[in-house]
Amino acid sequence: MREERISLSQSGGYRRDSESQPPYLYPEYESTRLRAPGRPLVILPHTLSELTGPVYGHEKVGTLDHDLTRQHVGEPLGERIIVTGRVLDGDGRPVRNSLIEAWQANAAGRYAHHGDRHPAPLDPNFTGAGRCLTDSEGRYRFVTVKPGAYPWGNHDNAWRPAHIHFSLFGPAFATRLVTQMYFPGDPLFEHDPIFQSVSDPKARQRLVSRFDLSATEPEWALGYSFDIVLRGCNATPVENHG
Amino acid sequence: MKPGSGSTPSQTVGPFFHLGLLREDWSRLVKLDHPSAIRIHGTVYDGAGEVVPDAMLELWQADANGHYAHPEDDREGSPPEDGSTGFGRCGADDAGHFEFVTVKPGSVPGPGGGESWQAPHINVSVFARGLLKRLVTRVYFSDEDEANTADPVLASIEDPDFRATLVARAEDGGYIFDVHLQGENQTAFFDV
Repeated sequence: MREERISLSQSGGYRRDSESQPPYLYPEYESTRLRAPGRPLVILPHTLSELTGPVYGHEKVGTLDHDLTRQHVGEPLGERIIVTGRVLDGDGRPVRNSLIEAWQANAAGRYAHHGDRHPAPLDPNFTGAGRCLTDSEGRYRFVTVKPGAYPWGNHDNAWRPAHIHFSLFGPAFATRLVTQMYFPGDPLFEHDPIFQSVSDPKARQRLVSRFDLSATEPEWALGYSFDIVLRGCNATPVENHG
Repeated sequence: MKPGSGSTPSQTVGPFFHLGLLREDWSRLVKLDHPSAIRIHGTVYDGAGEVVPDAMLELWQADANGHYAHPEDDREGSPPEDGSTGFGRCGADDAGHFEFVTVKPGSVPGPGGGESWQAPHINVSVFARGLLKRLVTRVYFSDEDEANTADPVLASIEDPDFRATLVARAEDGGYIFDVHLQGENQTAFFDV
């Protein structure tokens, strides 16, 4: 693995990808109004501080941490699903041995979190948090139940489409990503400002998993594929263009 | 090379990230009895000056000798100090307050990896409900005047008051670093 590493310090670092990303201020998402910075961002060159990042040890991830259906005495209620895919960089290379953390509501649309006031039932057999490391091909796999949609106070009759939160590190500080995975064909997409905050329809589509019969386990669980693409590297030095 | 081809968009951590991201306490990058341990703490504020209780901060830093525990830092004769990985994570409490225990990092190479050096600093990611993507800032240290003056990243910020938002104030046993997401006292944030 080491020999494939590009010496990033000698290159232009990681590519910026603002076209794919939501803005900070998206007034339809109410909470952005007082939290989005008003002053322009300062361009940060990619120094060693940005080209390095946390390396997570294998020893810390338990063998069942990826399985959200086996964290309690009994099995959680809901539709059992497998969520699997690859983590790639923007150049199509696998992101290996990298930590993924995930969390979600239960099948009724309720988080096991003291702050969640939605009057849907908690499930004593479901916490809704998992983690795993990508393998040598960048592949990961979670076993869980399909989360429910839930109401939130953003606007009148606001509902979040069903989603699973994903947190990824990738190889460097610059590649850190927190996102949400959605399910195909959700009728709530067009009403959800968090999903709609990504203006490019193609980029938005990358947040939606794909039903994948081949990931399904017969007589047991449906399967969804969700590939996650982190930023790619600038292949050539950025100087000498003048 | 197509800039931005195909990356997955960021989405907010939402208000319930504690469930997935704060199951372990990662706010102590070194042990409390580490001889050089310092406390870095502060409060996160929104544009109305209200505290932000559902924020989370992550730190990424070099060790006291200025070395990152990462393969990209392959400078010879510079093994990272034992112990800390250089990564920290802390959720704000109900008062919007966070607190890390760490060591002050050493100076690290500047842009281009050549002769320039950066003042001791810690990279910070801020996550919260209402942030569709993370905010990135840096902690510099008020007792590093000389190094701060020579720092190329600080120097790239012309407004001295804006620049000063990145400098944590020394106090007994550590530093104070408040984060203002918006408003008159807004912290400087970076496009990484």
